[in-house]
Amino acid sequence: MSVTAPLRTKADSAAGVRAGRFGVYGGRYVPETLMAALEELEQAYAVADADPAFHAELDGLLHHYCGRPTPLYFAKRISEQLGGAKIYLKREDLLHTGAHKINNALGQGLLARRMGKQRIIAETGAGQHGVATATVCALFGMECVIYMGEEDMRRQELNVFRMRLLGAEVRGVGAGSATLKDAINEAMRDWVTNVRDTYYILGSALGAHPYPTMVRNFQRVIGREARAQMLEQEGRLPSAIVACVGGGSNAIGAFYEFLCDKDVRLVGVEAGGRGTALGEHAARFQQVGGGLPGVLQGTYSYVLQNDAGQVATTHSVSAGLDYASVGPEHAMLHDSGRAEYTSASDAEALAATSALARTEGILPALESAHAVAEAMKMAPKMAKTDVILVNLSGRGDKDMGILAKEMDLRGATPQRDGTL
Amino acid sequence: MAISFKQKPGIVAYLTAGDPDLQTTLAIALAAIDNGADVIELGVPFSDPLADGPVIQRASERAVGRGVRLADVLETARQLREARPACGLVIFSYLNPVVRMGMKQFCAAVKAAGVDGALLTDMIVEEADEYLAEMKANGLAPIFLAAPTSPDARLKAIAEASRGFVYAISRVGITGTQQKVAGDASELVRRLRVFTEPQGIPIAVGFGISNAEHVRAVGEFADAAVIGSALVALIEKTAPAEAAVTVGKFIAGLRA
Repeated sequence: MSVTAPLRTKADSAAGVRAGRFGVYGGRYVPETLMAALEELEQAYAVADADPAFHAELDGLLHHYCGRPTPLYFAKRISEQLGGAKIYLKREDLLHTGAHKINNALGQGLLARRMGKQRIIAETGAGQHGVATATVCALFGMECVIYMGEEDMRRQELNVFRMRLLGAEVRGVGAGSATLKDAINEAMRDWVTNVRDTYYILGSALGAHPYPTMVRNFQRVIGREARAQMLEQEGRLPSAIVACVGGGSNAIGAFYEFLCDKDVRLVGVEAGGRGTALGEHAARFQQVGGGLPGVLQGTYSYVLQNDAGQVATTHSVSAGLDYASVGPEHAMLHDSGRAEYTSASDAEALAATSALARTEGILPALESAHAVAEAMKMAPKMAKTDVILVNLSGRGDKDMGILAKEMDLRGATPQRDGTL
Repeated sequence: MAISFKQKPGIVAYLTAGDPDLQTTLAIALAAIDNGADVIELGVPFSDPLADGPVIQRASERAVGRGVRLADVLETARQLREARPACGLVIFSYLNPVVRMGMKQFCAAVKAAGVDGALLTDMIVEEADEYLAEMKANGLAPIFLAAPTSPDARLKAIAEASRGFVYAISRVGITGTQQKVAGDASELVRRLRVFTEPQGIPIAVGFGISNAEHVRAVGEFADAAVIGSALVALIEKTAPAEAAVTVGKFIAGLRA
């Protein structure tokens, strides 16, 4: 299967760069009805971003309401056990609502309020973005509708209840594989229909311009803090940064401040699922059976698809990584080689969850466990003087149901006395 | 150029190709033309039709499930062209199947099939340089959507980039039937006319147009009406063997 020529525009070839483009990736591919709304959003965001008062309010809420800065924690026991590089965890799991998603939901919520939009919609996969959005809507007194695939509602039912408890309406989506992609389709249909009074808080660095840039900017705080903390604690930059990549917002947020530090390896970890064949994973950058450049949900990026351009179904034990495309900035970083992308299987993520829980007393979200799994592979091969920074993007409380089920299926359920 | 609306209002019939199967789609298209449709829009089924309502979503899912591909739809278009040399024929697709085929290859294949033009749902004028160049090189008509939310500056760009006709969306929202033609539609057409008039490009109104009364209402301010979801819903509930006759009667009744 050959990779066809990328979509080109005049502006690309003339200027080399254009707003909303990451190399050849990104752009804006949406029904015309949404164009005015995207232009309005782009302008409103540019004004807010240039306004110190906007940042002061956001920073204040991130500090007092969400608990930023999050700690950078040296995971000494697991590092010693692995016998190689030192592993540090950026503790986004300790944020209010339990994941990095609140950084972006709060930023966009404030923007929606400035724009005078009273009705908020969002999609969610694992439910963390939905919970963050429902939280922000409760805080600002806004109406909130969350779209979630029915399969994801089943496997993340605690988060469904949480969102409803926060006052959000959760609408199940049964189309396709009833996961994140299908939830985004339905959220976009709602937005097209109610575009005049509705703000769409997209949860990852995906979609049409300005979303990938805006979401990344709201998540940059992760890398900004981690860089200063690492310099303070270790007196050096990390040898590598490891983050899981679904849409890619936590990863781009962790990577961004280090893009110019060429000695810092940037490692994105996709969902390897249960096999390498199309449909069995969500590893868009996998060499064989992986994605090809295409257009899905507003942006040009790598897309898991068949040779006729139909988008493939995906599988991952982790709902937050179970998505057929990936943020366009990651596509650019992949092609340029600045970042490396690898994958961890369902089984490896489950094993990493157990390992981190038992050595550090930290239960990662299944999504973040993919990054932990990769760090556990890397560390023993590195020197004791090397440092790995893992972005622990979320906590695992939401996953108890699926962990119990998956560990039972694998005969790995902990015994009454706690042994495995 | 075979896209022309001889009677006013003209009728554009949208069909999700491959639902229930490509042979039936061909038979339905022939019946639609023979009963007064001026232009057939052959919709390429796509896995993620985010601009479509439940009716076209279901049709698309059925056709994708049968393995219908863009190349197959173009073959059906070629057969349709062979059978009816004078009808207007447009390929209607989401962008990704086209990107997968390659923009250059797509435009050449559309030309080779004898199709007059294309409408790509998620292609906006700002991103369309390569598409427009290839369409022009092949003498094909790029048709763009205009929305009630589009400001005048966008309507101007849309009118200037379009050939064949401009597709004016009657209301904000996704495809699907509705009770009456939205008030948004006449206002949009009035604003759009300023820019299409100098080019002599007609305006077709679509989304929610489902019966003779709607077609008459659209005829008062636009050049043509697009019937989509109503046809697809009719096909959904009709046995494949009777679909062509049923659709033919329905189309004939739209100008009654």
